[in-house]
Amino acid sequence: MNGDIRMDGISKSFGEKKVLDGFSAVFKEGKVNCILGQSGSGKTTIVRILCSLEQADSGTVTGMEGMRISAVFQEDRLCSNLSAAANVRFASGTTQEKAVAALDEVGLSGSEFQTAATLSGGQKRRVAIVRAMLSDSDLVVLDEPFKGLDEQTKAQVMKWVQNMIAGRTVILITHDESEVQFFQSKDVVRLS
Amino acid sequence: MMRSITQDKPRKKKIAWWSILVWLAVWQVAAMAIGEPLLLASPIQVIGTLASLAGTAAFYSEVLFSFVRIAAGFFLAAVAAVILASEAFRHSAFESLVEPLMRIIRSIPVASFIILVLVWISSRNLSIMISFLIVLPVIYSSTLEGLKQTDSQLLEMASVFRVKQSSRIRYIYIPEAFPYFRSACSVSLGLAWKSGIAAEVIGMPLGSMGERLYQAKIFLDTPALLAWTVAIVLVSYGFEKLVLLLLDLVRRRVER
Repeated sequence: MNGDIRMDGISKSFGEKKVLDGFSAVFKEGKVNCILGQSGSGKTTIVRILCSLEQADSGTVTGMEGMRISAVFQEDRLCSNLSAAANVRFASGTTQEKAVAALDEVGLSGSEFQTAATLSGGQKRRVAIVRAMLSDSDLVVLDEPFKGLDEQTKAQVMKWVQNMIAGRTVILITHDESEVQFFQSKDVVRLS
Repeated sequence: MMRSITQDKPRKKKIAWWSILVWLAVWQVAAMAIGEPLLLASPIQVIGTLASLAGTAAFYSEVLFSFVRIAAGFFLAAVAAVILASEAFRHSAFESLVEPLMRIIRSIPVASFIILVLVWISSRNLSIMISFLIVLPVIYSSTLEGLKQTDSQLLEMASVFRVKQSSRIRYIYIPEAFPYFRSACSVSLGLAWKSGIAAEVIGMPLGSMGERLYQAKIFLDTPALLAWTVAIVLVSYGFEKLVLLLLDLVRRRVER
């Protein structure tokens, strides 16, 4: 257990553009923490700083020492030449059986061994979600995870994700208020 | 997401058998019109000469002599190029160090290399060194370019998920760089044979295809000259197909 994650006074600029200006938040351990905001509000920059893909210009991030992270990025980021199951195994380190079973549970039965290049946008998104969920991580970062899923599939996948994240620290980045309500998150950071 | 240079390029048009027959017919008609085998032997004469050459044990030993050396030069160059490109990709200072060397190798005429290398090593192994030097910069540049084109988003994903370096190489770097490497191999296989045989023609190692080519020229034996040329083209073509097939098999196995 790592405790809460704290971001204090985080500022980040890209050239002349200031994306974050003294951003502070506490992400509670074992809870679904939401960051709600429209595009361009700096949500993805927060994710990138948390994932150590970007360095903040100033401010501190604490509580992430030695933390294993899994993420659903805005882009699917799949190896197009690998099958759906292999993509899940490759990054999460899970077994073939578990990968196939999880893919079946999100409605990808029959597509587990198709290469990612041949999957539709919605199918790729589900592979990316399964990959993050099966990873043995302390923190799950979800950046607009349900983007591109139709309503029926989205409902099915959200339910599955809800089961998978029970007890884990989650940071959900979204612009959709209904997703916050679905996960019954009380820890919401709103970005303007 | 993943890019492949094979997707961006127009597909190479396959050679139709009928077009080969048409050009053989043109050659036959031209040879009959000239009527002097010394100036231009007909395809029928060349095939006859090749068939009689192929009936001797010496022919196979000469083919083997050249094949082993040129293939060795190619494979050594391919391995060296991949190692150098990987290091250059990891360390920009190493890339800066190697780059002038590659440019010099690329710009020096093959004939200069052959004469220069003959000063250092025996003519028997000349073709190994020459095909190595010709192939090395081609595969190096192409492989390095492929590595540089690796999808940064996939690398970020692998970094967040803490994917092992061996898995990153297998599932991200190799698939990205492979089309570039394969394409460079396809080009340089032909270059290896052209330069290797040129080295043998100049260095004249006994029992090589290049030496037989030169002997045919000395004795004004045009049918033999063309027969050896056809043999070189066929062996080179077969070697290229074999190497590309093996590369595709290896790729499928690695990415499984």
